[in-house]
Amino acid sequence: MTNYSVEALELNKSFGRRLIFNDLQFRFDKSGVYGISGPNGSGKSTLVKIIAGILGASKGKIVHKMNDQEIAEERLHDHIGFVSPYLVLYEEFSTYENLKLFAEIRGVKFNKERVDYLLNKFLLYKRKDDLLKTYSSGMKQRVKFIFALMHSPQLIILDEPTSNLDDEGKNSVYELVREEGQKNIVLIASNEKNDLELCNDIVYLEKYKN
Amino acid sequence: MNSKSYSLFLKDFKSELRTRYAINALAMFIIVAISVILFSVGNEKISASLTGGLFWVVIFFTAMSGLSRAFVSEEERGTALTLQLIAAPSTVFSGKLIFNIILVFAMNTVIAVLYSAMFEAFVIQNFALFLTSFVFGNIGLAVSSTIIAAIIAKAGAKGTLYPVLSFPILLPLILTSVQLTLFAIDGISFERAKFELAIVVSYDVIMLTASYMLFDFIWKE
Repeated sequence: MTNYSVEALELNKSFGRRLIFNDLQFRFDKSGVYGISGPNGSGKSTLVKIIAGILGASKGKIVHKMNDQEIAEERLHDHIGFVSPYLVLYEEFSTYENLKLFAEIRGVKFNKERVDYLLNKFLLYKRKDDLLKTYSSGMKQRVKFIFALMHSPQLIILDEPTSNLDDEGKNSVYELVREEGQKNIVLIASNEKNDLELCNDIVYLEKYKN
Repeated sequence: MNSKSYSLFLKDFKSELRTRYAINALAMFIIVAISVILFSVGNEKISASLTGGLFWVVIFFTAMSGLSRAFVSEEERGTALTLQLIAAPSTVFSGKLIFNIILVFAMNTVIAVLYSAMFEAFVIQNFALFLTSFVFGNIGLAVSSTIIAAIIAKAGAKGTLYPVLSFPILLPLILTSVQLTLFAIDGISFERAKFELAIVVSYDVIMLTASYMLFDFIWKE
């Protein structure tokens, strides 16, 4: 059970004259896995960016609450974990250096036990001191999951989470999504049938085009 | 500014040591600019007032060649999103500002040392006044360069846009700093330079306040 909730209130996003979605409403207040689906260009990545507070909405708003208290926008990053193919970590640092830097910039204690657990889970422990630029794209995608989960966020946003991953990597992600979905809100934006099969509820963006 | 901003500065500092994104560009520009002035002057003696003006010309163009890196490198490498996910906008701006202030001070100290070694006419009579104008001038330059870098980072023609946008914003600072440097060369007292000093200090305060107020809107897509 989670004490976190995320709610979209009459959300509208346009880029110039091009309407992406209109009057979008949803509320996720129970732990579980939720999906955002739609054809290419329907605004899945745009929506997850708005939810994460990276992008502004044209109209309406997203409300994040913890224990029924609205979370201020500048504190949002403490509660959110985000994974996407367009997320890039610092290639001139090793995985361990990246994760330590992120903890310091977030202003939280570097939780070594949790990081080591995640490194083992994603089969990266032995390569933790190698520079990120020496990793394959699949390995980089796995590091992004550790980045997203290292601070134990209440809302985990996964945009196309299984892109670049092999079967072993996909299985690790699915296992993790089920595990996190027991206690937190996991939001998956994807078109992959296997990804969406994990979801308790799905928002179909093509319904919000008018 | 807090420990998070300091951590972000440390990240940039370590990253700079490994990638040499800005240091190499700045070092090359300083050497090239001073060499070009030396070759073009030849054996001619140049006046003290001209060296004071050229000193700030070198500083302005060196700043244009390297200070935009604070934000441009994050956008070019695609790591701006990562920063947005881990830090509040004020933390990001403060971290980048600390980095640029240190870079500006290091860069301008090297320019000042090289300048005084190469140009006989560049003799400072009132060193305290020069140091004061140098410190406030550098802070103003760093603040303006940082916020302009954030504005142009998402644009297409960054290289052209940066000096074009910086010129009108930095003009009051550069003109006043040139004047204060000339006063320092001529040995004019603090009392007679207080109006110019007040302009530089006011510029710094206005730019710093405006930058913190605007940065939220610039940083969010």
